[in-house]
Amino acid sequence: MTTAVALDAVPHIRRGVKCTYDQIRGAHVVLFPEGVLVLNETAASVVALCDGVRSVGDIALALGDVYAGVQPEDIAELVARLVERRVVDVDG
Amino acid sequence: MAEAPFGLLAELTHRCPLQCGYCSNPVELVRRDAELDTESWRRVFDQARALGALQIHLSGGEPLLRPDLPELVTHANSLGCYVNLVTSGVGLSRDRLRELASRGVDHVQLSLQDATRIGNDRIAGIKAFDRKVEAAAHIREEGLPLTVNTVLHRQNLDNIAGIIAMAEEMGAERLELANTQYYGWALRNRAVLLPTREQLAHADPIAAAAQERLRGRMEIVYVIADYHEAHPKPCMYGWGARQLTVAPNGDVLPCPAATVISSLKIENVRDSSLHDIWHNSPSFNAFRGFEWMKDPCRSCPRKEIDFGGCRCQAFQLTGDAANTDPVCSLSPSRSTVDLILETEMAPSEVPAMAMRKMS
Repeated sequence: MTTAVALDAVPHIRRGVKCTYDQIRGAHVVLFPEGVLVLNETAASVVALCDGVRSVGDIALALGDVYAGVQPEDIAELVARLVERRVVDVDG
Repeated sequence: MAEAPFGLLAELTHRCPLQCGYCSNPVELVRRDAELDTESWRRVFDQARALGALQIHLSGGEPLLRPDLPELVTHANSLGCYVNLVTSGVGLSRDRLRELASRGVDHVQLSLQDATRIGNDRIAGIKAFDRKVEAAAHIREEGLPLTVNTVLHRQNLDNIAGIIAMAEEMGAERLELANTQYYGWALRNRAVLLPTREQLAHADPIAAAAQERLRGRMEIVYVIADYHEAHPKPCMYGWGARQLTVAPNGDVLPCPAATVISSLKIENVRDSSLHDIWHNSPSFNAFRGFEWMKDPCRSCPRKEIDFGGCRCQAFQLTGDAANTDPVCSLSPSRSTVDLILETEMAPSEVPAMAMRKMS
């Protein structure tokens, strides 16, 4: 039931959401009013690039330099899940 | 070993300017002279973070009544925690809020008792409505995200549309509409608070329609009235699983209401570390996982969904905290809940609300 996110959409971290690294769990985490998301490495890389400037396509390109086989559709799906969890908002 | 908790509910004080008869604080409120001091709370936050907690909910009572609140916000923030202030809004002046925001409050939860001044102030027992409206304006100006919390019951459920409109007007990003759960003061006042089936049938679709209409603007969390349901709530998402509560006197509780289970030996931060209590105490291990369950829970596939419901409710209504939550239609004690509904939803003589006060 996640709403699809377009490749030219520009995601940003919502107001009141805090991204940090948790030494205890050894993982990047997102903190927000409803709770805590423990991110895997890929998700953490995507969240770090949700800067309100880059589009989903830009993020896929940037991550393509780091990870092999990054598909823009996969990034769009991950961003859609972050929107659903109210961690990220998209413009455009 | 149990997984680390995500959150600490820090009940800094039980003192509160409001007297809401649905308060989930215990009827035996902790007095001021028994409250933990600043240094102890700092230690509690340190230990909670070391244990894995990432969110610190500063609650009460009214946390603004603690003069050391700014220091405690600074400390929670310095640990990298998400700092959530849970307040009635009474005493939250613009200057006060600015200071707390600058020290690291990330989010504010503001209680609202009803949609109108008269309704709100009658339930709160004091004139609080205008101050809540002002507090919401300060929060909005400061740019902090706001959740409005309203506890629903027979006295305000018919005004649910107005409450939703009020939260929108206040600029809330989230609205928690929580039907009363019957612990502490709420249990004592149950015959004044239990909504009728007609009220719920009227309110439920209004909440659902507003969730749809406001999608993306204001998230509405609707907590059901569990006595009226066939399945229990997934209380705390399992005992000793995600969160711990520290009461004003340092008692460490697996859930905020757990003091009602008189068979449970409660630990205190003055005697042991949070790490030790979370992982090794009998109280936190009493109902962890599924091993403690009896039938019908033990053999029920829903145990993975609702964890057997609420231990406090099982204790209060059946006398054994290890029983199935009696709101469950499969519980042998469901008739107890049905009898309560029958006699208390529309009592022939409605008792007066016992207002929440320190005795």
